Amino acid sequence: MSQLASITLMQNDDARPVIDSIIADNPGVKILTMPGAIKLDCEGKITVNRASVEERLGRPWNLQELHLVLISMAGNLDEDDDYFTLSWRH
Amino acid sequence: MSGTKKLGLRQRYEHMTRGLDWETTYQPMDKVFPYDQFEGIKIKDWSAWEDPFRLTMDAYWKFQAEKERKLYAVLDSFAQNNGQTGISDARYANVLKLFLTGVSPLEYAAHRGFAFTGRHLRGSGTRVACQMQSIDELRHVQTQIHTISHFNKYFDGLSEFPHMHDRVWYLSVPKSFFDDARTAGPFEFMIAVGFSFEYVLTNLLFVPFMSGAAYNGDMSTVTFGFSAQSDESRHMTLGIEVIKFLLEQHPDNLPIVQKWVDKWFWRGHRLLGIVAMMMDYMLPKKVMSWKEAWDIYFTEAGGALFQDLARYGLKMPKGAEIATAEAEHISHQNWCTFYQYTHAAPFHTWMPDNEHLDWLSEKYPNTFDKYYRPRWEQWAKMDKEGKRFYNGALVQLCQTCQIPMVYTEPGDPNTICFRETQHGGQRYHFCSDGCKDIFDNEPEKYIQAWMPVQQIFQGNCGGPTVPDVLNWYNLKFGVDNMDYAGSPDEALWNEWHADKVKAAS
Ligand SMILES: [Fe+2]
Ligand SMILES: [Fe+2]
Ligand SMILES: [Zn+2]
Repeated sequence: MSQLASITLMQNDDARPVIDSIIADNPGVKILTMPGAIKLDCEGKITVNRASVEERLGRPWNLQELHLVLISMAGNLDEDDDYFTLSWRH
Repeated sequence: MSGTKKLGLRQRYEHMTRGLDWETTYQPMDKVFPYDQFEGIKIKDWSAWEDPFRLTMDAYWKFQAEKERKLYAVLDSFAQNNGQTGISDARYANVLKLFLTGVSPLEYAAHRGFAFTGRHLRGSGTRVACQMQSIDELRHVQTQIHTISHFNKYFDGLSEFPHMHDRVWYLSVPKSFFDDARTAGPFEFMIAVGFSFEYVLTNLLFVPFMSGAAYNGDMSTVTFGFSAQSDESRHMTLGIEVIKFLLEQHPDNLPIVQKWVDKWFWRGHRLLGIVAMMMDYMLPKKVMSWKEAWDIYFTEAGGALFQDLARYGLKMPKGAEIATAEAEHISHQNWCTFYQYTHAAPFHTWMPDNEHLDWLSEKYPNTFDKYYRPRWEQWAKMDKEGKRFYNGALVQLCQTCQIPMVYTEPGDPNTICFRETQHGGQRYHFCSDGCKDIFDNEPEKYIQAWMPVQQIFQGNCGGPTVPDVLNWYNLKFGVDNMDYAGSPDEALWNEWHADKVKAAS
């Protein structure tokens, strides 16, 4: 059975570079847009990479700034300085 | 500082949060933490607790302050721009009435509940996570009251929300849910609210519904909704961590935890029926149907979760299949109930128009045309003939969820579902097997429930007649209640729009 790892973000200017980097870094990502929100789903695992967001943002970015635009998520969380991963794999 | 290697997030977090706890010596630990054993949960090693979000207190305050600044900037601009005149339709304001009377007080109850568990669980990691969540929940109730206070300047049915939460018949449904959770032990509370409610069910309330607020032009509500929800991600993670921790600590915990998961999934499912109705009937512009939201957030997301937890032997909640089948009925059965009792509720109801009926037919191909459309068409016909249908009888309530007994038998939508139990020489009624099982497991708890209808009959609610009771609710007849058509809300809305048309011509 399918096990989607998922992250839902606000649809605003702060979140845009995060959304773009998730789409670029997670091949096969499925996108559900709702008014004000975007839900990104990926089979098994989904990751936000700090470097990838910084590249788009053009400034240093603390991964915990993700808290400001995060709406929801699914999966077991692994958070470090450089990545934020949700996954159902062990 | 050159030459000193910077610590990573993990180590930084360890240094900031571990080893701050101590074994008490003036009093034995069991006296300091008197509530974390009677439920039968066995914890061998509290230090095995993992905090998935490595959020230190200073970072927590910094981010929360930033969220508040952003939210209040939106609230100010919404007020300055008279945002209330730009919502899709004044009917929309009725979801805010239900939200403020039914949901916001639960945020406050959650604040109190997590303050309690944050005091009474023995592990320091757990305590810190619960304390943060307790502060979050206080923020949620405050920001909701602030946001909706703007609408209270214009629309009826909002001003008496705390009073109504304690008294109005259907508001005992959400109230008793949290009363039940908060009078349980700290571990059950964590499974009830942290896991079953926050992880498995709150997405259904805060994601598609709040997106619906945005779609209906209410930028203030969507902003508090998503601002609160950004804390929920942390709460969900606490919920999933709690269940994994309990299941890893001792095999004896499994049957206890499974029973709580079964119970609180069912209670949550019953509670969320009100959100189903808000999404399918009350949002003038619709984002998705309740059934679609259920498929995404329970069938798909809950499926992935329980597949993961199967490694501990935990099973899908007992009522899951029935709840999924009910997702095609519940919003219709609820709105039909409020339509009949519109005189007794402090918000407005209305008959779905043809376009809305078609939308429901399309979204509910298995059930709507067969069971519910004919009922709406019949009531529309009666209304046209000047015989708008009101139900004057006081309803029979389920002793567990406190919802009127309006739900139907699994697999048979033409028969009302009745269950009963004899206890202490009395007969108790239930809306479902799920609610009956919950009662039968703890009858001594549920026989004490404050049942609104029984209380009316016992003379505890202002008097014997409907006007007496409504008066006791502080409900203004003909203002707060009845159909939207003919309400002061409608008159105000039409006035705003006449002004707009005048200004445009
Ligand atoms: Fe909350
Ligand atoms: Fe919460
Ligand atoms: Zn019930």
